[in-house]
Amino acid sequence: MGRIVINEERCKGCRLCVHFCPRGLISVSEQFNSKGYHPAVFEGSEECTACTMCAIMCPDVAIEVYK
Amino acid sequence: MKRKRVLMKGNEAVVRGAIAAQCRAFFGYPITPQNEVPEYMSKYMPEAGGVFVQAESEVAAINMVYGAAAAGIRAMTSSSSPGISLKMEGISYLAGAQLPCLIVNVQRGGPGLGNIAPSQSDYFQAVKGGGHGDYNLYTFAPWSVQEMFEHPALAFDVADRYRGPAMILTDAIIGQMLEPIEIPSEVSVDIPPKPWATTGAKGRRRNSITSLYIVPEDLERINLEIQENYRLAKEREVRYQEFETQDAELVLVAYGCMARICRTTMNMARRKGLKVGLFRPITLFPFPEKEISMLAQAGKRFLVAEMSAGQMVEDVRLAVNGASEVYFHGRLGGVVPSAVEILEEVEKVMSRPFLTSPMTAVAKDSLAHGCTTTGGDGG
Amino acid sequence: MELVFKRPEALSDVTMAYCPGCTHGIAHRLVAECLGELGIIERTIGICPVGCSVFLYEYMECDVIEAAHGRAPAVATGVKRCLPDSVVFTYQGDGDLAAIGTAEIIHAAARGENITVVFINNTTYGMTGGQMAPTTMPGQETTTTPGGRDPKVAGNPIKVCELLASLDGTAYIARASLASPAKVMKAKKAIRTAFQIQLENRGFSLVELLSSCPTQWGMSPLQALKHVDEVIEPFFPLGEFKKPN
Repeated sequence: MGRIVINEERCKGCRLCVHFCPRGLISVSEQFNSKGYHPAVFEGSEECTACTMCAIMCPDVAIEVYK
Repeated sequence: MKRKRVLMKGNEAVVRGAIAAQCRAFFGYPITPQNEVPEYMSKYMPEAGGVFVQAESEVAAINMVYGAAAAGIRAMTSSSSPGISLKMEGISYLAGAQLPCLIVNVQRGGPGLGNIAPSQSDYFQAVKGGGHGDYNLYTFAPWSVQEMFEHPALAFDVADRYRGPAMILTDAIIGQMLEPIEIPSEVSVDIPPKPWATTGAKGRRRNSITSLYIVPEDLERINLEIQENYRLAKEREVRYQEFETQDAELVLVAYGCMARICRTTMNMARRKGLKVGLFRPITLFPFPEKEISMLAQAGKRFLVAEMSAGQMVEDVRLAVNGASEVYFHGRLGGVVPSAVEILEEVEKVMSRPFLTSPMTAVAKDSLAHGCTTTGGDGG
Repeated sequence: MELVFKRPEALSDVTMAYCPGCTHGIAHRLVAECLGELGIIERTIGICPVGCSVFLYEYMECDVIEAAHGRAPAVATGVKRCLPDSVVFTYQGDGDLAAIGTAEIIHAAARGENITVVFINNTTYGMTGGQMAPTTMPGQETTTTPGGRDPKVAGNPIKVCELLASLDGTAYIARASLASPAKVMKAKKAIRTAFQIQLENRGFSLVELLSSCPTQWGMSPLQALKHVDEVIEPFFPLGEFKKPN
């Protein structure tokens, strides 16, 4: 059982986390953050296992993982 | 002659101008704000049948220039401030071995890594030597993209004629800005024969290119030869441009993009009824000392404006030689002064009473309104 | 719930200026994690290069010195020899290390300087606009190899790990990749090993990290990682090229 918290202001919308989440639990927001990026958004699903793949690949260290 | 009118960036213009001037070897390295120079060279130089190498460093690049110049080829490198510092040993070698070549410095903020904004802080390095030993660089200061196109031919001609390295001293603004320029279908060049070049000693006695002269009297003889070339260049190769100096009470002295800004200041000052002129050196070495000296003797005061802590101002002071007053305004770190900022300085200076007495009327009359333009009035 | 992944202590809590998807961010984090886990943040002095990572001194919580382009191994030598109890690392790109810095890296390695070098290889000069690098591969288009790098004219790339492993002064030389989570975790092991070797005074260590440059390659961040996997890694094989017995 896990969840992640994405820092929307740090996120640059690179979408690596979207790809590397093995369960496809991350998507891209239609909103902009203050830098003009579309940040990644956690779907808030119960399926998250806190595998940390998303956080490992985030180049901006914008993801915290809870288990 | 056919002329084509094109919108072009400064860095591209210097490439086109060099190739039009029969430069057939370029060795360089990336550094902002001159990256377009090696990039355009990588495409246009091979197309012109010339040699392009992106060297492993600026040190390697200047030594590649040394080799190509020794082989009798018009060779060139470019860099920006920190990279030019790296080239200093190689430039000293080129001067000592009496080899012609062209070095382009697109100045940026310094010292050290600095930043990528424009500056004029490498004047001393260019004009007074920079590397070790008694030598100078024939130094050209374009103020427009048109001159970026035209100066390589002038610089290579001088370098070849007097057998020494030449420099185009420009900055991030001129390198990066876009202006319409006129490209002639042909650029005339004056390439003398180079019997001294190391091209393979077939049918002639072997040549050697060196700057090593172990016997002091021999090295002195070589140095005197080199100094004699500078003396001849001082008589024949000075270039400058004057605006409204005839009746000016204050003459702004500036080069490169600072001269563009000062021209705006001059126009603003004139509209306010202030008698301000502009003197723009185009060759920084040889420096237009005679012309500035005559302006000083005619009783004009000077305000030198540079993007530095004050470098060319020293040469102006030397030329003025106490005959008048020389003021200075500069900005550092890549900060570009505005025309208004300089106008405020102009007004300050002009509101001060003269501290030295102006020279006699005779000296005033003998002021010649000499002017050498190289095409393009700066837009 | 328990926090199981967060920003390491040695990585400053600021937004890094790198392009979206640039693997510099991952590399910085791995170094920071290792410094924290080994308990050496306060002893560490980093030397940063000229290139995209010129601002590394803003992103790490240890002391950092800005070196001239390519000279980081020499600067590191000065620091480590004078402060032998410190932990000294350099962080350099391919132009910094293998072009202008070729002499410095070879001699620091040959002298067996007890430093750790983190070498970011993305086959391009990123900061200055995408020119050819010493690791640019044959056929690769860059702004100074329009039409692709032609070895006849522009030479062949340099394989730094293979080159340095031939020098006696080196203790640990490894190449890893940042192209996927599994590879990132292996890269972290290599970086940690390298720092461990320095802590044991066993000599010169270097880890080359195959990295992406989406901006200059003209690719999305994900396409760029695929490019590292499919095109770069076959040319620059992963592995440990030198390790202590």
